[in-house]
Amino acid sequence: MGKMPDGKARTVITEDALVPDPKLPPTSVDEAVLEAEERKWTPAKIAIWAAISLLGGVSWFMLAIIRGETVNAIWFVFASVCTYLIGYRFYSKVIERYITRPNDRRATPAEYKADGKDYVRTDRNVLFGHHFAAIAGAGPLVGPVIAAQMGYLPGTIWIIIGVVLAGAVQDYLVLFFSMRRGGRSLGQMAREELGVIGGTAALIATLLIMVIIVAILALVVVNALGESPWGVFSVGMTIPIALFMGVYLRFLRPGKVMEVSLIGFVLLMAAIIGGGIVAETEWGAAFFTLDKVTIAWGLIVYGFIAAILPVWLLLAPRDYLSTFMKIGVIVMLALAIIVVRPEITVPAFSEFASRENGPVFPGALFPFLFVTIACGALSGFHALISSGTTPKLIEKERQTRLIGYGGMLMESFVAIMALVAAISIDRGLYFAMNSPAALTGGTVQTAATWVNSLGLAGVNITPDFLAETARNVGEESIVSRTGGAPTLAVGLAHIMQQFIGGTAMMAFWYHFAIMFEALFILTAVDAGTRVARFMLQDSIGNFIPKFKEHSWRPGAWLCTAVMVGAWGLVLLMGVTDPLGGINTLFPLFGIANQLLAAIALSVCLAIAARRASFKYLWIVALPLAFAAVVTITASFQKIFSPVPAVGYFANNAAFSKALADGKTEFGTAKTVAAMEAVVRNTMIQGWLSVIFVVLSIIVIITAMVATAKALRNARQGIAHTDHEDPAVPSRAYAPSGFIPTPAERELVAEWNKLPADLRLEKSAHH
Amino acid sequence: MNTILEGFRGFARYFGGVMGADAYAKYLEHHEASGHEDAPMSEREFWRDHTDRQDSNPQGRCC
Repeated sequence: MGKMPDGKARTVITEDALVPDPKLPPTSVDEAVLEAEERKWTPAKIAIWAAISLLGGVSWFMLAIIRGETVNAIWFVFASVCTYLIGYRFYSKVIERYITRPNDRRATPAEYKADGKDYVRTDRNVLFGHHFAAIAGAGPLVGPVIAAQMGYLPGTIWIIIGVVLAGAVQDYLVLFFSMRRGGRSLGQMAREELGVIGGTAALIATLLIMVIIVAILALVVVNALGESPWGVFSVGMTIPIALFMGVYLRFLRPGKVMEVSLIGFVLLMAAIIGGGIVAETEWGAAFFTLDKVTIAWGLIVYGFIAAILPVWLLLAPRDYLSTFMKIGVIVMLALAIIVVRPEITVPAFSEFASRENGPVFPGALFPFLFVTIACGALSGFHALISSGTTPKLIEKERQTRLIGYGGMLMESFVAIMALVAAISIDRGLYFAMNSPAALTGGTVQTAATWVNSLGLAGVNITPDFLAETARNVGEESIVSRTGGAPTLAVGLAHIMQQFIGGTAMMAFWYHFAIMFEALFILTAVDAGTRVARFMLQDSIGNFIPKFKEHSWRPGAWLCTAVMVGAWGLVLLMGVTDPLGGINTLFPLFGIANQLLAAIALSVCLAIAARRASFKYLWIVALPLAFAAVVTITASFQKIFSPVPAVGYFANNAAFSKALADGKTEFGTAKTVAAMEAVVRNTMIQGWLSVIFVVLSIIVIITAMVATAKALRNARQGIAHTDHEDPAVPSRAYAPSGFIPTPAERELVAEWNKLPADLRLEKSAHH
Repeated sequence: MNTILEGFRGFARYFGGVMGADAYAKYLEHHEASGHEDAPMSEREFWRDHTDRQDSNPQGRCC
């Protein structure tokens, strides 16, 4: 143990029984010093936090209380950023102190398992960007747009408060617990902590949920590209561009990642501009104007091929392109909103907030708003990332708070930006774009008439306005472009053209937005298919061992085909659904994602019960209870609601009865075939809801049992069986936050003085 | 001018880190630090191995 010059022990944590190398400086800032630093409130510090609180308070007041004609977008930025800062500085520290209790004297997997490939100590700032790029995608860009039907306030509150108390907590805990277990996956942790039943239910639920999530993301792309030659051309071009990049990296200039990404980016811009030119030509319009069913089939075939091609050829290069675009686009969007500061005319609560028959998505505000916005507030999918690559790259245990909790706050900010972009467009236009064609009629005349008939305050659109907007963004029509992506693209084009380029650039910005959303989604589709395929192979492998051999081609191809077939079916169901697809399926996406969050939080609760006192378990129990109540209520309504628009089986019964009565059209289904499709789809959707909710309830109950057992053991003084990897003393040091504290700086200086041969750790296993 | 250039370089380095462009440099660092007897993989071999390992060990990308 390191000593102070006067011979006193330098650290107070001794219960970990780690024996550090005496030749090295301390690997952790002294607990007492850390504590003193935290407790010391200098006048400057008090002033800063008072200012942040005040600004945040004023912004929330402007958003929630003041009822003017309009509200400026800048208040969304201030309200969210100030709340995040407070949540990060105060709430995440409570979690750190009472639940995770990181110990920097312990080596992280990146240190004790270091192999220079998968387990690599990574600078915290770099890892923050890396983790953020892995968790953020199209999800936070789509959900808030769809939820804007209810007005801006419910979504804003849920995104900002939800992330602080739920989403970021989940990400942080899963990351930390996985890191303590050498980077184990959520499935493995569930098996260890919840036993065979809970673990198996979690595995099946995860697999099904991935299928649904991939299918609905694919549906968003199909809806954005249907009847859009420009979009089809430019998004289609990403495939040859990625192939070229793959070959370049493999054979021409291996390892030149930045160079090839820049080349790819330039080609991508050329593809967007080229798309506009091609779509203008007669042959281009004829060749690239595809209906949604064709695009869906194209995507299914593509999904299969992409998932069996070697990673270097398509997935890896597109991943680089996607990461490159992600960071760029998000910085651009944030800058544009801060510079342009659009005025928002959407009311805080819309007419649909108190009803359950909204055209964009059906159901009441509670629980459906909370499942419609999943990514950005609480996303279960993140648990798969937080227990994947990131825990293997963490340098020091204390950094998990910055990466896990902080990374999720960033995603929430993206969701707020997307919400602002979507609500900055005209409200009538919003409903014309996001309501299914069955309601709008599909033409500018019928759409304008229908939107005006909704009786929304301040909404009065003309067919000309709809036609002109379509012309400005370079599309044939923008009526019933559901799925959120096109609305966000119009919003972004609307903001960006005030920033750069004017109306002439609107078409470019629109297709730029469609392009990056498609890029994120295609990467998620193709990576999701691969991950699901491996999960399926491993599961079948328990019965037929041959399937566990990942290089066994027939097994790999069969499992890929099964997974692609599964999401392909759901996708086709959504594309051909007479009720509109997105509005029936999107709730299922949100429910699936939140149920995964409930599963992840259940595992965290069981783990936390073994290491934290009962008093602080509410930190995990609160988001778990909320996610469980929301998703189970939503599922029950989807299963049992007698309102046909909400309940799958009620709708099924209504259409079955109509068919039995010999009707040839019913509601929005105009033919017998369409009515039969509704009967079939609602039956599948209904049973999927049943399976999800049953599996999740099993997982939650097994987690409760594990938690109760842990608490009982603690009361009786029985030692817990711990599944953490054994503690190894660390041999390195790095600060924990973006900005090092004075004590951290001092320690870093001490390490920097160390002779080079001592500083680099010698791994023991070579 | 120099500070701008330096700032830009720093940003490029950071961005490269986020993209994973420095993976080979890190591998070499590790290889040296852990005192391997054998020679490290060449850059071409490393990147080949890097993507080939992803084939059997896929990483999810989020929604």
